[in-house]
Amino acid sequence: MATRTIVPFGPQHPVLPEPIHLDLVLEDEKVISAIPSIGFIHRGLEKLVEKKDFLEMTYVAERICGICSFIHGQSYCQAIEGVMKIDVPERALYLRTIWGEMSRIHSHLLWLGLFADGFGFESLFMHSWRVREKLLDLIEETTGGRVIFGTAKVGGVRRDMESLTLKRVEDELKIIEKMSHELTDVFKKDSSVKRRTVGKGVLSKEDAITLGAVGPTVRGSGIASDMRKLGYAAYGKISWEPVIETGCDCYARCMVRCRELYQSFDMIYQAMAKIPDGPVDVKVTGNPNGEYFARVEQPRGEVIYYVKGNNTKNLERFRVRTPTFANVPPLVKMLGGCELADVPVIVLTIDPCISCTER
Amino acid sequence: MMVHVEEQSLVVVDKGQIVDKATQMSKEGFRLVQISCLAKDSYEVTYSFDKNYACAHVRVVLPKDNPELPSITGAYFAAFTYENELQDLFGIKVSGLALDFKGKFYKLSVKTPFAPQPQQPAQ
Repeated sequence: MATRTIVPFGPQHPVLPEPIHLDLVLEDEKVISAIPSIGFIHRGLEKLVEKKDFLEMTYVAERICGICSFIHGQSYCQAIEGVMKIDVPERALYLRTIWGEMSRIHSHLLWLGLFADGFGFESLFMHSWRVREKLLDLIEETTGGRVIFGTAKVGGVRRDMESLTLKRVEDELKIIEKMSHELTDVFKKDSSVKRRTVGKGVLSKEDAITLGAVGPTVRGSGIASDMRKLGYAAYGKISWEPVIETGCDCYARCMVRCRELYQSFDMIYQAMAKIPDGPVDVKVTGNPNGEYFARVEQPRGEVIYYVKGNNTKNLERFRVRTPTFANVPPLVKMLGGCELADVPVIVLTIDPCISCTER
Repeated sequence: MMVHVEEQSLVVVDKGQIVDKATQMSKEGFRLVQISCLAKDSYEVTYSFDKNYACAHVRVVLPKDNPELPSITGAYFAAFTYENELQDLFGIKVSGLALDFKGKFYKLSVKTPFAPQPQQPAQ
């Protein structure tokens, strides 16, 4: 047996904007195993239910993460609406779908840039974020915020979009879609991208199931698992199928995200074509009494929002299981047997969001 | 107007049955979705599984004093993250963990912050 060395990876590392730590057990340049550690910035937001009432907690949920903030807010609202059996107006459900998919496009474009940066393709990184910037402008125009949308609300949404705005957003999205094609073509075809990603960080279909992988990580291993199929918001009323790739490697997970960009554009166009007129919220009366697990598909995968109320303003329990938390065991599996130089790229393919995980 | 509520099943089992139950779920092809805990007068630990978008919850209720659970990492290795979380945040002792961080999975300034706190004496 060759000499074994333990190399610490993180919590501070150029590819990690947020802290996660891996102890990499190496034999020469080969990773034999990886032992993860998290919890460097655990905020204990779940405990805040003891101080904030259940309506105020929407703002807390939105601030769990700056990338999928809207979907966090939406997931929390869906959990409360599930307990309280609140009928949400249809127009609000379509608006949630539109903003949710804009969040997904923004998150995937951000990830594509970080991924390119991870293997040193700086011009591709800058191009990805340049495209993303145009989308952030649209998000700001329709919600008032670039990071925290502030539009999720128990019983509906806080803002509406006029038909003229919807048309303008659609026209702008078509331009962003065209720009995205130029971008994803590079990820799809460039030989240097393929050299760093094809055959790296393999997660078999069987391992993806037994290790509980979610989101593009599980879909890159050939499994059609996407919580939007549960039909929440307007996802049950538009036509779509989960994007899957069967390569099981870093390239496959990247391709899932590239293809999901266009799926999200298409979902927004469909939602804009079908959005009905009407109110965007209902008045919420009473307090939550009972429990519910809401499951929603974030850009990184399935998020679970568990709430339990006891008929008071403050919930008894609020629990968030984030997609990155679920993707830690699959990541450990992917790293076994890889080369040390491939570790940053493989870690990035689960799109780790430590802000979410350290909620 | 519509309310979206997903159909989900919930069964309560004794803590001695949880490993067998998890093994059975694993053999039937269920994915481990999450493990969560509610600490009040007792501990409610809920294991969630999914197969073909059908979600099934299995709950174990533990006493407030010296709560202990057997690990299900033999059936689902991925449970190690959730079970270490139970140890670190709630102070539940999990025996037989495949990857035991012994209370160091989270770096916390307060020990077991989510465990029921002792009543503060009245001023």
